[in-house]
Amino acid sequence: MSVERIKTQGSEAVGGQSAPPPAIELKAISKSFGPVKANQNVDLKVLPGTIHGIIGENGAGKSTLMSILYGFYEADSGEILINGQKKKIHSSRDAISFGIGMVHQHFMLVETFTVLENVMLGAEGAPLLNKSSQSARKELLKLSKEYSLAVDPDAMTGDLPVGLQQRVEILKALYRGAEILILDEPTGVLTPQETDQLFKILDILRSRGVSIILITHKLQEIMAITDRVSVMRAGTMVSERETSETSKNELAELMVGRKVLLEVDKTDANPGEILLEAKNLSYKEDGVTKLDNVSLTLRAGEIVGIAGVSGNGQTELLAALSGICPLQSGSIDIGSTQITPKNHKNPKEFRELSVGHVPEDRHRMGMVTAFTAQETAIMGFHEDPAYNGKILMNNKAVQEHCTRLMQDYDVRPEDPKLKSANFSGGNQQKLVLAREMDRRPEVLLVGQPTRGVDIGAIEFIHKNLIAMRDAGSAILVVSVELEEIMSLSDRILVMFEGRIVGEVSGKEADARQLGLLMGNAGTQSTGSEQQNNNNTTHSEEIPA
Amino acid sequence: MSSPSKALPAWIDVGVIPLINILLAFFVSGIVILIIGEDPIEAVKIVVYGAFGNDYNIGYTLHYTTNFIFTGLAVAVAFHASLFNIGGEGQAYIGGLGVGLLCLALDQYVPFWIILPLAIAASGLFGAAWAYVPAYLQAYRGSHIVITTIMFNFIAFSLMNYILVNVLIEPGQMSPESRDFLTSAQMPTMQEAVGWFGIEIEKSPLNLSILLALFSCTFVWLFIWHTRWGYAIRMFGFNENAANYSGINTQRLVVGTMCLSGVLAGFVGINEIMGNHNRVMLDFVAGAGFTGIAVALMGRNHPVGIIIASLLFGTLYQGGAELSFEIPTIQGEMVKAIQGLVILFCGALAYMSRPTIERIFTAIVESNGTAKEQTNG
Repeated sequence: MSVERIKTQGSEAVGGQSAPPPAIELKAISKSFGPVKANQNVDLKVLPGTIHGIIGENGAGKSTLMSILYGFYEADSGEILINGQKKKIHSSRDAISFGIGMVHQHFMLVETFTVLENVMLGAEGAPLLNKSSQSARKELLKLSKEYSLAVDPDAMTGDLPVGLQQRVEILKALYRGAEILILDEPTGVLTPQETDQLFKILDILRSRGVSIILITHKLQEIMAITDRVSVMRAGTMVSERETSETSKNELAELMVGRKVLLEVDKTDANPGEILLEAKNLSYKEDGVTKLDNVSLTLRAGEIVGIAGVSGNGQTELLAALSGICPLQSGSIDIGSTQITPKNHKNPKEFRELSVGHVPEDRHRMGMVTAFTAQETAIMGFHEDPAYNGKILMNNKAVQEHCTRLMQDYDVRPEDPKLKSANFSGGNQQKLVLAREMDRRPEVLLVGQPTRGVDIGAIEFIHKNLIAMRDAGSAILVVSVELEEIMSLSDRILVMFEGRIVGEVSGKEADARQLGLLMGNAGTQSTGSEQQNNNNTTHSEEIPA
Repeated sequence: MSSPSKALPAWIDVGVIPLINILLAFFVSGIVILIIGEDPIEAVKIVVYGAFGNDYNIGYTLHYTTNFIFTGLAVAVAFHASLFNIGGEGQAYIGGLGVGLLCLALDQYVPFWIILPLAIAASGLFGAAWAYVPAYLQAYRGSHIVITTIMFNFIAFSLMNYILVNVLIEPGQMSPESRDFLTSAQMPTMQEAVGWFGIEIEKSPLNLSILLALFSCTFVWLFIWHTRWGYAIRMFGFNENAANYSGINTQRLVVGTMCLSGVLAGFVGINEIMGNHNRVMLDFVAGAGFTGIAVALMGRNHPVGIIIASLLFGTLYQGGAELSFEIPTIQGEMVKAIQGLVILFCGALAYMSRPTIERIFTAIVESNGTAKEQTNG
């Protein structure tokens, strides 16, 4: 991974002689939602001026804990101490007044407002905007300078790149006087370069005495930036480590509760015949070019990875290759069938040509959360005679099919009648994968195979994809997790603004090179700056 | 992640909450009746007696119930595809026209057992045709179904006016009505039907159409939950992207679902035209199409719920009519207001009481939970 270890003087303050009280101390926090114990007796101590990582699988209780700290929920029991003083936090307004700021995973910004307007929003201070906006501008510029968070106050927020939008979120929190900053999965939407930028910012904040809680499921980020790390599992805090004294493997084991294989174990690919060939695909939506002359081939027995920052045409590529979007130009050859704009096939016909498709966003497309598991398990195949009588559906056959899928793909709980929404992310994903993989399609398109999936399930999913490759399927993997692309793919294509801008063999790929391709020319200058990111000169440039 | 709002057990969602909503509606209605200086308890007695006091009253109640079942099912079927069919009124009206035209054309020539299936087909076909145009416009042109179905209601009203005044009116008659059907085109009333078994009841508009209504309920239940077409409709209704992903032709689905909805609404024509009035006349639907929306909402788009909700609204219609008759100060408008309150509380505000009930329920469960823990520990 491109993220390198950043450590500065900030962390040395930890062991100071006259130890100040912890910036935040949580004592025996418990919170239940009905029968679900989201947090049980959770203790947490965050020392001032440090970056404290919290890591855990989905559903481990990280977000609940932070929601309690930020006043979204109230704990059933337990105490919160801020700078050594006991506080009650009933709402986010309380949290803000105690100097806690939060940067959400999905930004809470008004895209049609300027940066300044966003920063002021909710903290205008006076009924007339003019005067308060003047003082806000002054304050914003001061903060920008102090924390090296350069950003144009008059830029339209929606026009800014994601990395800068995140910077606006951080400024928003600082503007409200935050001394304790909570970041929830902050790197999910960033390129490796932007992630490096963010970590430099966090480093500066730390050196200025801000305490930071970093919630993530990415082990390498914990290793790269944090001073201490707490591991949560099933609502409890299972351990706390000095980051310098632990390792990725140990943390992964603590998270899951057993040994896990972090590296994907696979042999070299043995590509065979071409199973799918796309030629010059272009696609426009509302006049915006989404796919620009994309050509690619998928061969039997290989995994091709598509790397790229999300929103650069990957979604449309999957939609075109699976028949969801009718072709506008170009052609797709699958076996002896040629699909052109004039000879369009719908997704059902693509399935009949042995193309399986695991969509990027299972909630948006891959499943129906209101359906039972067995109904989700036959999506796309509901007209198959195997599940139907003449008129009525053969619910028993559907149920048997689903039970078998659940057994084969380890979907838990093994209950075909349970509502799809009530499965965990990992099990939902396994169910969708099971549905698509079970028919042994010749071509399998997989979008974000492990988004929102816990480590144990990631291992399982990767193993199954490799096994399918070895059985002779052609697999296309689209993922925003660069590490996943690199460990799974035999060939990597990089997409940028609807074009394929580079191809790298899976073995030779390194994150920095891919990152540069993903950001194309726009971030090249930033990239070169990254080469020496161990020095902590705080001069920064903003990618345009 | 865990979310603070959680699913309640089904019996609370479909049992307790609608009940509380109805009681709230009655409570507010009671206050209104108090304000105009009448006794709410007395009013309730009159409504209940008016709806169920004798077989004649029950007959009226069930006759209205039949209409509401048809229109409630029509709205519900469309709802499963997340289409809001407000055009039940017009579809029922045109469905009745279909029945009328068929009966007027054939009643002199063929017996009842030939006319009946043809009339059912005609009502469905005419209702479906009236739903088809808005459905087509929605599916292929993107015109919003809510707007177009409302417009089609108005078109239906004007069309019926025109046809009755200019075409179907009985020569020499002042009122815009067709001639009466011959007995071969008259649906047996319930009085006749139970008379075959030697049971005597008073004559009321209740007729055998209620069997068609119950059959339609069974059909809709099987169709929506036990066929691949119903599966596709529900998938489309829950998640349009998922339906596209599954290769469902969503345009055809929209048209098909709306046509089925129109068929069900059109069946009102059988109940009213063939079963009750025995002639084509103005305004025989009398708002049943709109009431169907409230019925479907209250019945949670499930046939069983729709039967129960239809019965409630049937009671309100029939009992309400008696009420304004018995207590002249409670005028017809007041009865409409009470019906409106029920619709308001059960339809528009259906989820108003939910958060409170959710909180109470959670508190009860949690106190039970801690009690158990304590005894266990």
